[in-house]
Amino acid sequence: MNPSQQSIAKSEILFTVNGDARKVLAHPMERLLDVLRNDLKLTGAKEGCGEGECGSCSILLDGMLVNSCLVPVAQAGGANIITIEGMSAHALMKPLQEAFLECGGAQCGICTPGMILAAVHLLEKKPEPVIADIREGLAGNLCRCTGYMQIFEAVAKAARRRVAT
Amino acid sequence: MRADPAEYKLVSPGNLQATLSVMAGEPAQWLPIAGGTDVMVLFSAGKLPDRKLINIWNIPELRQIEVFPERIRIGAACTYTALRRHENISREFPLLATAASWTGGIANQNRGTLGGNIANASPAADSLPALLVYDAELTLISVRGERRVGYRSFHTGYKQTVLAADELIRDISLPRRFSEYLSHARKVGARNAQAISKVCLAALGQMANGAIRDVRLALGSVAPVPLRLSGTEQMLAGKQIEPSLIEIARKTAMSEIRPIDDIRSTARYRAAVAGNLVAEFLEKLAEGTKA
Repeated sequence: MNPSQQSIAKSEILFTVNGDARKVLAHPMERLLDVLRNDLKLTGAKEGCGEGECGSCSILLDGMLVNSCLVPVAQAGGANIITIEGMSAHALMKPLQEAFLECGGAQCGICTPGMILAAVHLLEKKPEPVIADIREGLAGNLCRCTGYMQIFEAVAKAARRRVAT
Repeated sequence: MRADPAEYKLVSPGNLQATLSVMAGEPAQWLPIAGGTDVMVLFSAGKLPDRKLINIWNIPELRQIEVFPERIRIGAACTYTALRRHENISREFPLLATAASWTGGIANQNRGTLGGNIANASPAADSLPALLVYDAELTLISVRGERRVGYRSFHTGYKQTVLAADELIRDISLPRRFSEYLSHARKVGARNAQAISKVCLAALGQMANGAIRDVRLALGSVAPVPLRLSGTEQMLAGKQIEPSLIEIARKTAMSEIRPIDDIRSTARYRAAVAGNLVAEFLEKLAEGTKA
């Protein structure tokens, strides 16, 4: 392969982040996670493993749940990006927050933004999930505190409340 | 050590012809990247030797699933999510839909692609045994033209394939003649999501007059390549399923595989599980026919 150390120029990348048009100057292979955290100061998405195993860097990219550590920023040009910071007005946010608090679904908080976004991604497609759906929908998000059951219960509770209202 | 993105080029030609021209212009210099679920892992860890990447995510020609009377053609950059959501694939190719559901978690299924899984050529990939038993055919494309390759002869050794340096996998074509078969998919691993298989099986079978008319078996993680168990299949053809036959099949399967010890499992465990999975499938095939 070509081991040349010559530096690749940065280029301008435009996208929508949490409803606002944003422009960044970045190397095309920069990880979207790093651009969100370092350039746009959106630190809700966390780096856990850096290899797509833990889900703590989850965001919604054009409505799809993705691990932002595995997305080169150039592939996000023109995309609509939602991070946990952009979720405050979402209809599912209040029921999810309340249920996570009540069920003990959040402890240290590192996985929580990813868990919430994975739950939103699931509940938007399946408003009345069974426990197997919740387990599958959140299987890519690892938590090292709560032991998962509280998180699954919280998502089930939020779904029931949402459907009831 | 983490990679410095300033040392890596990433170009996005945006359509298939332009992409192939770039690849042909500097053979073996360009690494295609689609959803990045393999490439970005190496990149992040500072272990990606390639310095020039070419973006094939969102090339429309590679994202289509087309249904023809005789076959279904899956664009190589179709994601696992697209496979799972496609009605014909779920109905007629359940082994592929199930394998897609085992791959990573939802976020990885939203980005990982079938063509990427094939090109990455891991013998542990969950979707590849399904492609073997469904007689998948690949279309490889370059500026030199197109060629069709039976998926069965695509992998030539551990992480080795017949794909030339200037070629892309354009599509994966599956003949629509297996929907009447009994199908059986099993993954044995630490957990279904995220964890890579210790052993996985894709199996199809059809009985006629109380005997096996056709049986198709493929295993992942038991050899340097995803493996079709041709010897076991031939031994089983035309026979009635009895306990003695199941025992012979178990032994034949174990003799066909070449498992290794690695971080996920041992050769001995893999061989035992491979035999058990074949036996379990034959029991299910016998049951299914009685019912």
